[in-house]
Amino acid sequence: MTLLAAASDEVAVAFLELGAVILGLALVARLSTRLGISPIPAYLVAGLAFGEGGVARIEVTEDFVELGSEIGVILLLLTLGLEYSAEELRGGLRRGVPAGALDFGVNFVPGVVAAFILGWDGKSALLLGGVTYISSSGVISKLLSDLQRLGNRETPTILSILVIEDLVMALYLPLIGVILAGSDLPEGVIAVAAAVAVVALILTAALRYGNVLSRALFSRSDEVVLLSLLGVTLVVAGLAQQVQVSAAVGAFLVGIAVSGPLQERAAALIGPLRDLFAATFFLFFSFQIDPRDLLPVAGATAALALVTGSTKLLTGWWGARRAGIGTPGRIRAGTALVARGEFSIVIAGLGGAAGVDAALAPLAAAYVLLMAVAGPVLTRYADLIGRSRTA
Amino acid sequence: MADVTETQLPGVGVRHDFVTKDGSRIGVLWHRTGRRELLLYDRADPDACRTVINLDADDTRTLAELLGSSRVSEALGAVQQQVHGLAIDWVTVPAGSAVDGAALGDTAVRTRTGASIVAVIREGATVPSPGPEFVLAGGDVTVAVGTPEGLEKLHGLLESLDG
Repeated sequence: MTLLAAASDEVAVAFLELGAVILGLALVARLSTRLGISPIPAYLVAGLAFGEGGVARIEVTEDFVELGSEIGVILLLLTLGLEYSAEELRGGLRRGVPAGALDFGVNFVPGVVAAFILGWDGKSALLLGGVTYISSSGVISKLLSDLQRLGNRETPTILSILVIEDLVMALYLPLIGVILAGSDLPEGVIAVAAAVAVVALILTAALRYGNVLSRALFSRSDEVVLLSLLGVTLVVAGLAQQVQVSAAVGAFLVGIAVSGPLQERAAALIGPLRDLFAATFFLFFSFQIDPRDLLPVAGATAALALVTGSTKLLTGWWGARRAGIGTPGRIRAGTALVARGEFSIVIAGLGGAAGVDAALAPLAAAYVLLMAVAGPVLTRYADLIGRSRTA
Repeated sequence: MADVTETQLPGVGVRHDFVTKDGSRIGVLWHRTGRRELLLYDRADPDACRTVINLDADDTRTLAELLGSSRVSEALGAVQQQVHGLAIDWVTVPAGSAVDGAALGDTAVRTRTGASIVAVIREGATVPSPGPEFVLAGGDVTVAVGTPEGLEKLHGLLESLDG
């Protein structure tokens, strides 16, 4: 009896803390929705304010928040995989490669170069390249829908670039996972080769036999689908983590393998769960950043934002021009791609445990803060820019 | 018919669009969720939509019916104009009607009313010029042509209940 009473005291405190945190997140999410911006930067600011060295320190049940944020990463990657069907990925590969290659070239390289200029090591440089490369498909697809641009003729160009980024992630994440796990050169090369082979194998199997998995998971009951999908994803993620390919990759591959009528439903079922855990993840990420560390990287962040904002603009411009789109449409495509968000943070988060440069996390946070706000604002006014140019 | 272009939108759905005779581009975006968007493109900036109208499943059906059925009534209007004094009417065969299950020839509609059944609409499909062997069923909607008095009699015949 006394044991139960003691436990219930602890539970009460945990509930109070957790409730306060979630209510706080709800408040900033509401505020950002009112302002018409993505809630991601708002979560990051909240984390900065109440985390390490912030205006106030909340001592939440760290274990829970940490596990929650890990689940958040897995669900983010699962929904990224769910976003496109195998058919769409194959179609994207056929059509989007030239623009996708330019996208990778001009957006990955600036990150790597910036890291070397800052005097960081190779691992940190590869991570920063990923941070500047990947556009936020979450922010962008919501933006296109809000601005009623899904029907526009430049939109297929934007989407096919996002599809290619999706596929690049499938190779990048396991590679970086192996590299971060860090082994000496000969072994390292073997590990990298093994990781690539495993991922290629799983990806092929997922694209070809994904319907088998989908049929096995299918049920008329929503809760059966939700629980079996979540279970399979966590098991695969755990297995992937065990063989040094990061857990996120496992989840991503499960998302790609799920196809057919199940895909749509799975995305709808996982959506709310992902929103909850992803918010926890963003919060936890910026909890660990001391706001005072942002100041030294401010100049570098601004420069990097300027360069990689322009290179995304170039990517969209060039891709849209190849598709025969006029000047205003090219500007809309370019500006839409500027937004970086959830996956840049996921990539920066991968470095957390691997002893990369300490400035990476604050830089990535500041960078995403800028780009997740600047991208949507820019593209909202893209037509004004386009008109003044053509007039 | 105009050339309709189909474009796959990964993660969203499929878009179909075409250019009308007077040079405007119109499109329909099918979301995977079942939602539809009617797209009217801008003439000054042909890549952008000037107006986007959201349609749910019900709206889509209503709009399609309005666009489709105006064709039917246009055609019928033309017939009516050609033959003065001729009327067209839609008469439903209720379940349990005296003619439910009877072949069209056996009902002797033409002889008894002077009106002709020129088409039957059954479960959304149209059977044009049904022959005497065509068997009527409850729920059928017949399209009949005749004098107003003849059509009045037809209503009485088809709607009289069995027994």
